[in-house]
Formats: sequence, structure tokens, C-alpha cells
Amino acid sequence: MPKKQVEEQGEKSSTQAFAYTPGLKIKESEVVEKERKLPILGEILVKTNDDVKNDTRVAQTFVPGDPYIVDAANMWGVVPDVIQECMLKPVGSKVNKGETIAKYTAFFGLIKKSLESPLEGTIETVSPLTGQIIITGLPVPVYIDAYVPGKVKEVMPREGAVIETHGVFIQGIFGIGGEKFGKLRVPVESAKDVLSADQITPDMKDCIIVAGSLVKLDTLRKAIQIGAAGIIGGGINSDELVKFMGYEIGVAITGEEEGITMIITEGFGNMNMHLNTFKILKKYDGQKACINGETQIRAGVIRPEVIIPHENRISKTGAELSDGMVSGTLIRIIREPYFGAIAKVLSLPVELQMMESGSYVRVLEAELENGQRVIVPRANVEIIEE
Amino acid sequence: MSITMLKPTKEMQYIMATDVGSTTTKARFFAKKSDSWRFVVAGEAPTTVEAPFEDVTMGVMNAIREVEEITGHQILKPDGTGVIIPYDGKKGVDLYCTTSSAGGGLQMMVGGLVRSMTAESANRAALGAGAIVMDALSVDDGRQPYEKIKRIRSLRPDMILLAGGTDGGDVEHVMELAELIKSAQPKPRLGIGYELPFVYAGNNKAAQYIEELAKGSFALTCVENIRPTLEIENNEPARHAIHKLFMEHVMSHAPGYNKLMKWASIDIMPTPAAEGMAIQLLEKNYKKYSLGVGLGGATTNVYSVWEGRFVRSVSANLGMSYSITNVLKEAGIDNVMRWMPFKLSEQNLRNRLMNKMIRPTTIPQTLEELIIEHSIAREALRLGLRHHKSIATRLKGAKQYHDDFGWMFDAVVKDTYIDMMQIGCIAGTGGLLSHAPDRVQSLQILTDAFQPEGVTYMFQDSVFMMPHLGVLSTVHEEAALQIFDKDCLVKMGTVVAPRGVGKAGAPCINVQIELPDGTVLNESLKFGEIKRIPLAEGQEAKLSITTQKDFEIGYNAEMRPTNVKNDVAMGGVVGIVLDARGRPLQIETEINARRKQLLNWFNKVNLYPGVDLEKTFKEV
Repeated sequence: MPKKQVEEQGEKSSTQAFAYTPGLKIKESEVVEKERKLPILGEILVKTNDDVKNDTRVAQTFVPGDPYIVDAANMWGVVPDVIQECMLKPVGSKVNKGETIAKYTAFFGLIKKSLESPLEGTIETVSPLTGQIIITGLPVPVYIDAYVPGKVKEVMPREGAVIETHGVFIQGIFGIGGEKFGKLRVPVESAKDVLSADQITPDMKDCIIVAGSLVKLDTLRKAIQIGAAGIIGGGINSDELVKFMGYEIGVAITGEEEGITMIITEGFGNMNMHLNTFKILKKYDGQKACINGETQIRAGVIRPEVIIPHENRISKTGAELSDGMVSGTLIRIIREPYFGAIAKVLSLPVELQMMESGSYVRVLEAELENGQRVIVPRANVEIIEE
Repeated sequence: MSITMLKPTKEMQYIMATDVGSTTTKARFFAKKSDSWRFVVAGEAPTTVEAPFEDVTMGVMNAIREVEEITGHQILKPDGTGVIIPYDGKKGVDLYCTTSSAGGGLQMMVGGLVRSMTAESANRAALGAGAIVMDALSVDDGRQPYEKIKRIRSLRPDMILLAGGTDGGDVEHVMELAELIKSAQPKPRLGIGYELPFVYAGNNKAAQYIEELAKGSFALTCVENIRPTLEIENNEPARHAIHKLFMEHVMSHAPGYNKLMKWASIDIMPTPAAEGMAIQLLEKNYKKYSLGVGLGGATTNVYSVWEGRFVRSVSANLGMSYSITNVLKEAGIDNVMRWMPFKLSEQNLRNRLMNKMIRPTTIPQTLEELIIEHSIAREALRLGLRHHKSIATRLKGAKQYHDDFGWMFDAVVKDTYIDMMQIGCIAGTGGLLSHAPDRVQSLQILTDAFQPEGVTYMFQDSVFMMPHLGVLSTVHEEAALQIFDKDCLVKMGTVVAPRGVGKAGAPCINVQIELPDGTVLNESLKFGEIKRIPLAEGQEAKLSITTQKDFEIGYNAEMRPTNVKNDVAMGGVVGIVLDARGRPLQIETEINARRKQLLNWFNKVNLYPGVDLEKTFKEV
């Protein structure tokens, strides 16, 4: 905020509502609800309270097949309104691939032309204005599975269902790839370790591998080579990500990528995985986990996630996000010059303070893990919710 | 609520306006004080369009409640059912209006026959109405029908605008496109099971067939043709239809908007449409061709008003947070780094920007971080203007002039009509510009990115209220204009910049400045120099400018370039900036030479006050 504006607004600023400080969830015991929705209305295959596995089909629908446009008038060199008269089957009829759907005869039968359907489907329209015949292909079935094993909590008629499960719930900061299910494998010993390619062995096929503080390009390629389902790491260098993807990510909207699913828990660069995240993953080494790399950083943010279903319900301790930030809250600093540091809030001064950048902002005083006391903008921290 | 139920504008005393943004809802409170309208106070709160709230009115109430707490003036009904209208002598306001860009704004797909003619006109109409154009289909866009169908299916637009053909012309081609769109069965983005709004603004002869085709599939509105002839572009009817359908179909399916529509005294307007109206107010006030820019977190909107023609462009993925790495991708790393007086490895820069993208609400704490963001801002603006110029073009296909060989068509006429020498006003808005620690930084970012030529007045939105005033201007233009001039626009000053490139250190420009107290300053700048001269807000100075023969500073009466110009400089918080750094701007490429050059420029305009830049950014 410019200095003059600060002076103009004075104390008013301190009473203004301040931005919600986002925090990524690191929960060992959490009730997780997943909404499973069809892209268009369809049929629901489960009932409330049904037990489901991760691959149980919960809903299905049929998406209309791709339409195929046959420019009949142009093909035959006739005026458009002739086509309707030449049709052998009316609009709405089912046709087979190769079936003759229209015939044209002129000059007392000297000119004869016919038209075969290029695909199996339904005649959608025959336009007298353009002479186009539109044939829609067979409907394509679309299924939605449960993704997480659990119970059907709610059925949304014709739209989908809500699946409830209990277990570990960890949010990442960025990911690629879609929903995957596999055995969790933690070959590294600490959150600071960097998994090397040769630590990945063929028995990790279909598994979700925890790679420590950094996902390196050769490690990622090895994981793909042996057929791993997913990989989880603290950070990744952005230039290696570009090399892996084959293009630069301009806007963080991911999840459609084919192949391996990757989840980054902290950020870009070599970032020690948060200790609690690592401890939880290590504890559940060998258990089945569900992961989804889908990320959308825009209004309606979607973060990647790791869900490890279990029934070991643990009573809640530690800070809850709803408590807001108070003295003693554990935070992570998410911007230079202390990027990635874990700290404890010491105080939350009301007055705006000038930063080195010259901006007057709302700040907090915090103590880093090495005991150093620092002042940082409140916008540059996130609460660690455990 | 109908507008006829409002008090006559002359009797109004208090007005509340809000903007429901993607992340923040901004309330602005206006009052009439001794016959003049002024901005009173701002209130802000997080937008509540997403789960778990899913009701925008909660964020609106929180923002207005903040205004109530600061002013002690009751505006909201105690039972939470809306805004008290009218003001009864103690509480309430006489008008409540709002804009919205929450939930991704208005996302449209447009279509036309020829890409550079009717599809381009449809694109301009949709942009002018405040939409993000997801794709523009045309018969000649190089895609096969199945590719177009696949694309339409994957887009899920909020609305479709189809143009095509001149009035009375052949209907076949436009119907081909309409049939293709129908066969793709596009589904709306918000909600399941309602008809997708469809605006037809093409050949009037085809309207009846379009109506038949759309039955049962689309909520169709037919309006006058966007290009009734190739020489005329008639955007207004399509633009109005888009606004109406935005209210009736799109907004009514967004969470809480049905309530908000009832609270508002007038129709909710898309934020960029209202922002564009504010830029038109600027042009009206100063009677100069104007450029405006909204540099947001996800998008960059550029607006121009030129010979009365208003054009908006939106660069959907050029922004300072959500799409900051896309700026790097589009501009190239060298173009971003050329604005930095220090060395940074490519990997370091990429990592920092990727981290900003995934945590978009963070702010620069160090000067180095601030300079990195300012560098990105320059490139986002530069690319935004380049995109705008590709839209602000003369009508293609229209006859331009007649000579001995017959009618000359657009192929021989240069594309854009935007000429920086003739742009008289530039205004900036958006978080990065508004929150720059010193206004001179906003002016310099705009100057470096847009490279104004000649004499240009520079403005800045004070506390983000351009959209509020834009929507207000539709019912109470007098109030909007008064607030716009007194409280919204921060006058930053005047940039004087000759067009041309010379040898470093060679004479470039002489400027005689007659200050209001009669003092006359004679300033001579060599090529590559920049100088800042204080001239307070509210003051004016007479300028007599002469440039060396390789440079131009304006046009004469015959519109031929000239190197002599008399003009008036507008004072402001920055003052007058004499810029002889070249047009196009010349920047060193070697890191130490660039460091020296940039630090010299930064120091000359006192860009980062109170910092010893030489010490902070040492030679590498």
C-alpha cells in the first residue's frame, strides 16, 4: 500500500477485514467426503449407506456420440433443398456404418449417386438450407467410480453421490495427473532425503512412492519406467518440470495429464517435506492410498491430495484453522527471504509496518526453528493445520 | 427492483456500490456534500461465492458492514434481507449498484463467417460486453468440423454469440456454422438442465431459420446484425443482449445472485464492462484519445477510446498472481530479466514465479522481490497492449478509399489504429499498480510497458473504484463524473517522450517549461536520459518542445510528423517526466551495462525512494 494512502486511511486499515490465511491440511485422522458427480445427468448405481471400494461404480451416463457432418449438397453438386428428397431414412433413424442413407437420380436415371453413412449412429438433421446431413455417433458410456473406499453418505438423484471415508488427509501445493490408487512406499529415511533413481525398484510397480525433499527428473522417469502409480515429494525444480512435461505451465490448472500422478507438498525448488507430513506417510508405509494431482489455482481453488483410509480414529490436537492466527500458532513462511521456513507466531502487531520493499503492510513477529526472530507480512505465511 | 422506483438523481444523497471480485468483495460508499458527490469510505471482505458459503450476498454484507462500522451510517436491513433504500434522513442509501466478476466472470464463445471480418466483430462485441472469449469459430479458421465440435464440447461456455453475413446476403454459410454449433450440444458451465443463452447477430435473412434451429436447445435472442454491411460495425445491440442474458441466465445460476439481483437497484454488470465505462468517462473528461488498463491477478484488460470508438481486449492468462508464470512463458525470460538491475539464475527466477503462482496472495517483502514483480508487470502490460492492438483494428473487408485504380481494401492499410503519439491519457488500475509503494513506480511501469509518445497524461485508480463508477454512470453520470475526477483518479503527471532512436549521449530534446509562478525552466536531454521535474497536482505548465531531426514529438495540422510542439503539462503526484530513452526504448543487454543503465534511470526519477540502489545491487 502506498505511504500516502496509508496516512489517508490511518487506523481505519487496522479494522479492515484481512485476508483469510490459507493453510494446507496435514491430518492423520479426518473424516473425508468426496463428491462424485457425472458430467451430465445419468443413473446412480449405489444407495445411501452402501459400502464401496475405490473402484466401485457409483454412477453412469451416456454422453452423446460425436456428430459427423456430411456435406451432401456439395459432394453431389446439387442445390441444398434436394437432399431431403433423396433421403432413404427419416431424421431420427438409426443407421449402420456403410449403409446407404441417400440416393440421387437425374437425367432419367443417367446420373445416379448414393451416399453411405460414415459411422454407426442416428440421423440428427438434414438441412434444406445447407444440404448438410448430421449423423450422431453411438452414445459413449461414462462411469464414475468411488475413488475412495468407504460408505455412501448421500445420493444426489441423477447427479452423483457423496462417499465418506476416514483416514489420513494431506493436501499438496501442486500436482499433475488424476486419481490413482496404490500401495504407499517410503524408501527414504527422512524428510530431507532426496530419492535417487536407483532406489526405485521393479517391486514398486503400481505403488505410490514418497521421494523426500525433491523429485528429480531422472527419479521421475525411473518411476514411470517401472510403472509406479504416483510419486510424492516436497519440491521439484521448475525447469525439470518443464523438461518432464515438454511445455511450460503458464496457469496452474492440471489433473488431465496421462500417466503418473505427482504431488508436490511444499513448492518449487529443493524443499524439505514438512516433518509431520513425512512422519504420517512413513507411519502408513505399505498401506493403500488414494491420490489425485488435480490442481486449480484460481477462484475455487483445488489442491492435490493424499488420502490413506484407516479406522484408527485419533482425537484432535493442535491448531484448527478456524481458531485463526494467535500467538503460538505454527506457521510456514511462503515467500522470500524466509521461504519454506517453519516458525511460531510471537505477536501480531496491529499497526502497519514498512517492509524493505517500501510497502506498508500488516505483519507478524515469528520465531524460526533456529531461534531467529523475524518480521514478515501476514500475507506471506500459512497456518499449518495438524 | 426497477429503476423507475428510485428517487430522481437530483434528490439522491447516499449511494452504495460494490464489486464482487473473484477473491474480494469491495464496497465503496459515496455521499453528496455541499452539492458535490464524493467518495466517503471503502469496506472489503472475502468473496463468498465458493463452498462452504456459496452465497455472494454474505461477502457483500460483510463489506458493507465494514462501511457501517467506520461511518456509523446504517445501510443494511437488520434482518439481513438487503440494503435499505431509499435514505430516510437517518439510514439507508438512495441507490445500490454492483458489478461482478466472481466465479470466472462471463465466459463466451463467438462465431462468424470470416475470421478477420464477422468473427472479429463478434469477438469485439463480446469483449466490449465484459466477456472472456474462450474461442472464436469461423468457416475459415483452418479447423475441420469435427475439431470445432470437439472444441465446443470441451469449452462449456456461459453464452454463445453468432454473427455472420451482411444483411440480405446468402444464408447458407451462417446456417452451416449454426448447425455445427447445435450438433455439438454445448452444455452451460453453471448448472445442469437449463438452456444455454445464444445471441444471434448475423444476416437478418437467416434469423427465422436460426429461430427454428434453436428451438428446444438454446435460449435464443436475435438482435440487429453486427455487420449489416462490411463498412459498418454495429456492436451495441449484441452488447445489450449479452448484458441482459448475463443477468437472466448466467447470474441467476451463480450462488446467491438471485438475492443480490433483488437487492440491487439496477442490473448487475460484469466488472470489465463497468471498468470500460470508467475509461470512457476519462476520455469524456479530458477530450483526448485514451488508453486504460486493468492489471489483475489472472487477466489484463486493456481499453481504448479512439474517435469515439470504445474497444476492450482481455488477455485471459496475463496476470500478476494466478497467471504470473504465463507472463514469463509468453514474454520469454530475457524480456522479463531486462528490467532487473541484478543477476538471477533462470532456475531461481522460475522457481520464485512458480511459487508465487501456487501461493498467489503473497506480497514482496524485499526490494529484489518487488523489482521482480514490477518486471513481470511491465511485460504483462506490454503483451496486453500488443493484444489490444490486434483487436483495435480498422474494419477488415471495408472499403477504405478510392483512387485511380478503384477501391482500396484493408490489405494495404496498417492493422491497428492505435498510435501512441496520439494517445493523450493513460490510466492504470489493479492490485499491483494501486499497491505500488510509491506512485512513481506505477507511472514508470506504465511508461516502460506502453511507451507513450509525445505528451501524455498519466492517471492511476486510487483505491479501485473504476468499476463502481462505471456502473454508477449508467444511472447517475453526474455523480460518477464528479467522484471520478476528485477521488478516483490520482493524477500522476505528464510524460514527454520523443519518438525515435539516436546515439547514446547525443542531443535529443529541448523543453521549455513555464511553471504557474512564471518561472521558466530550460531542459536539454541527451539520448538515453530521463528526468523528473516536480509539478504539483492541480497545477499546469506550458511546454515548448523541440527535438533533434531524428526525433518526432507530434503531428502538424496535415498529420505529418513534426519535431516542434507547444502543449500543456498536467501536474500530479509524480510531476513531469522527460523521457529521452528512445521509442522504442533502448535497453542494454550485457548484465553490468544494463545494471548501470537501469540504476541510473531508477535514481533519476527516484523510483525506489530512500534506498541506496548502488549498494543494494552490486556489480556482478
